[in-house]
Amino acid sequence: MKIVINGIEKEFKKNKITPQDLVNSLKITGQRYAIEHNGEIIPRSDFSERDIRDGDMLEIVGAVGGG
Amino acid sequence: MDKRDLKNDELVIAGRIFNSRLLVGTGKYNDFKETRSAIEKSGAEIVTVAIRRTNLGQNQQEPSLLDFLPPDKFTYLPNTAGCYSADDAIRTLRLARELLGGHTLVKLEVLGDSDTLYPNVLETIAAAKVLIKEGFDVMVYTSDDPIVAQQLEDIGCCAVMPLASLIGSGMGILNPHNLEIIINKLTVPVIVDAGVGTASDAAIAMELGCDGVLMNTAIAAAGNPILMAGAMRKGIEAGREAFLAGRMNKKLYSASPSSPTKGLIK
Repeated sequence: MKIVINGIEKEFKKNKITPQDLVNSLKITGQRYAIEHNGEIIPRSDFSERDIRDGDMLEIVGAVGGG
Repeated sequence: MDKRDLKNDELVIAGRIFNSRLLVGTGKYNDFKETRSAIEKSGAEIVTVAIRRTNLGQNQQEPSLLDFLPPDKFTYLPNTAGCYSADDAIRTLRLARELLGGHTLVKLEVLGDSDTLYPNVLETIAAAKVLIKEGFDVMVYTSDDPIVAQQLEDIGCCAVMPLASLIGSGMGILNPHNLEIIINKLTVPVIVDAGVGTASDAAIAMELGCDGVLMNTAIAAAGNPILMAGAMRKGIEAGREAFLAGRMNKKLYSASPSSPTKGLIK
């Protein structure tokens, strides 16, 4: 399946994954971030509860320097 | 005039108590180490951060800004810099709240023009209404229009932050009279946000009676940011103390000698 993460298309062998699978595969588990899935924020407690499927849009954001 | 002093002179924003009246941004520094050093030198307790897409490329284990500014030492103020609509700003701050573990104190700014970064006050008011309803404590960047400032207070913003001049311009306080009107009308803290260029600008803002000043570029783009951070801290403190002390009245075209006029040697 193909999903779009932060505007970039990525291909996965499985036809569905959880947000937890996604952060594991992106190796960002140690960072602070928030995830939006098709426009809806996923609470951390739901990371293993949801399914990401083909065509889904994800935004993964963090805090950076700014004024 | 009342005798005022520095006793219990704390800045209270949405029930949170701060001892520093200098709020600083975390952008435009050379590296995180310089960011941390400058902010420590500034004495600031509230630091703004921007919310951006995580870089999903290499170097996932690189330290992040938040590692250098530990949450037990600083109060984060996530901003909506770069947002040009109420919807974008609301979306950004909802993500910030999730990112920062339920944190509700935020800086709302909705821009109207990419050349001047001037705020779009209509979109700002629309966004503030939604965010306040959702339980956010909204510190709001706005123009120096006293009517808009009053409206932002009326809808429930916990601090109103008018510009002194354009973001990142360093042009200083261009309209002290509007700021004074806002300071005198509002009951929530008024914090000058944007435009301060050097320590005297910060002091002037505080002498006018502002409750605080938020700045980023004035420190980060100084020749020596860490030295400037200290200067800004002193500027803020000097201005605050002068405001509390109450300045002497100006005597236009009428000098008054400081030395005795009697006992002159003739």
